[in-house]
Amino acid sequence: MNSQNIVRRSATSELTPAPDIRNHQMEVAKLIDVSICIGCKACQVACNEWNDLRGPVENNVGVYDNPADLHPETWTLMRFTEHVDENDKFEWLIRKDGCMHCEDPGCLKACPIPGAIVQYANGVVDFQSDLCVGCGYCVAGCPFNVPRISKQDHKAYKCTLCSDRLAVGQAPACAKTCPTGAIAFGSKEEMKDLAATRVAELNERGYENAGLYDPAGVGGTHVMYVLQHADDPERYAGLPKDPKISPIVEGWKDLLKPAAAVAGAVAVGAMAAHFIGVGPNTTDDDDHPEGSDGKLPEEPPTNVTPISKHAAE
Amino acid sequence: MGKPKKDQILRTKFLERLCHWSIVVCFFFAATSGISWFFPTFSWMSSFLGTPQMARVLHPFFGIAVFLGLCYMFKRFMHHNLPARTDKIWFQNVVPVLAGDHSRKLRIGKYNAGQKVLFWLIMASIVVLLISGLIMWRAYFAEYFPIWVLRLAILAHSVAGIGLILLIMGHIYLAIWVRGSITGMVTGYVSKRWAAQHHDRWAEEIESGKADH
Repeated sequence: MNSQNIVRRSATSELTPAPDIRNHQMEVAKLIDVSICIGCKACQVACNEWNDLRGPVENNVGVYDNPADLHPETWTLMRFTEHVDENDKFEWLIRKDGCMHCEDPGCLKACPIPGAIVQYANGVVDFQSDLCVGCGYCVAGCPFNVPRISKQDHKAYKCTLCSDRLAVGQAPACAKTCPTGAIAFGSKEEMKDLAATRVAELNERGYENAGLYDPAGVGGTHVMYVLQHADDPERYAGLPKDPKISPIVEGWKDLLKPAAAVAGAVAVGAMAAHFIGVGPNTTDDDDHPEGSDGKLPEEPPTNVTPISKHAAE
Repeated sequence: MGKPKKDQILRTKFLERLCHWSIVVCFFFAATSGISWFFPTFSWMSSFLGTPQMARVLHPFFGIAVFLGLCYMFKRFMHHNLPARTDKIWFQNVVPVLAGDHSRKLRIGKYNAGQKVLFWLIMASIVVLLISGLIMWRAYFAEYFPIWVLRLAILAHSVAGIGLILLIMGHIYLAIWVRGSITGMVTGYVSKRWAAQHHDRWAEEIESGKADH
């Protein structure tokens, strides 16, 4: 990905946008078909291998989730849910968790460092770790609880969608390695078509509520799921039903920030106008460092004392 | 520490002045780096602390230093900033005060009603900034809080930070506007005339030996 492919960058005014004239590149997507995932974790291994990640060895926490959570050195993770529905039917649901590569990324909106989070024309959201300061605002911005801040170097990390592989025409490592074909990769349109086929098959098999997870609240995502129960994504280890950038983050960036800019400008303007209008508030005896000698002011108040006299103050 | 001068009153003692100017330095660094993250157009402001990464590391420590300095100020100045009956007179005359009209006796104590409001708003802001800042401090504490708390903390930190910066801008302007104030905070001394003009009741109490400094 060269910098020309960056179409959106964090902490950058819309008045000075990222390079946009080549923003006609095909949007890509990864489609994770939860219904054919067997939970082998090959995707986790492939991710660690390709990205050279060496997360700490953890303890067994009593379920198959291993490691237990996303980590600066674990960018994708199988989450296992044992779900019993109202008919006492047991289901073992396995969801590959990781960055969803939102079309409207909350991390990018919250990030205070120009260009530390970027979005490429193909839709991939990427952290530029060398610019990251480790403030953790991306954690607050993300509706999916994905970014993790490293204790080692105080920088944020998450799935890159293998942007380095994509740049040379390769599929992401997880998609490449998946033995069941549960992870597909291609253009977003292709992936939506593939999902429609899979959803129809699932419907035929009796999964009436099967569907594509491509949440509109974040403008759609470049990592999508086929879910057997798209009406209830929460049952897949808490996948949010209607993810949105938090109204608190929106209020902070879209209301408070412009209001504060106006308040600051008005304050400076008012102070300047006051000084120009009223002039310095001098002591009537023209406050003298050696003390007053009892003389009354000779100058009328409109006659402003030259500034230089007070420069030392 | 200057010697007492003719017709001068000690308004601010050495340790208080030292504390004030230490806070000025620490607040400058904390506020400029904070602005650099709130308004990315001013991202260059983090450069006063070096790289953006270094600014992120140092910002909380400067903030805590400001808090500690303000704790001392609170202890020293709180009793001068309690509401007084005469504050009403100042509020009623705020327009002539801002016009630089010195003809009225407003019965102002060591601090006028506006300064008292400033004092309490600064103290309230720094408490909000401290608590929210500790919560969102990624290196040490943020991991112990759920994300919705972090979001509220970041919002509260921004509101209080912007509020405090606006208050301090006003404070700086008024110090520049009222001649003699900055000299007063540097040397500690103001002229008797200055005191009588801006803080008449305090000047009288000093004169009669009733007030502490």
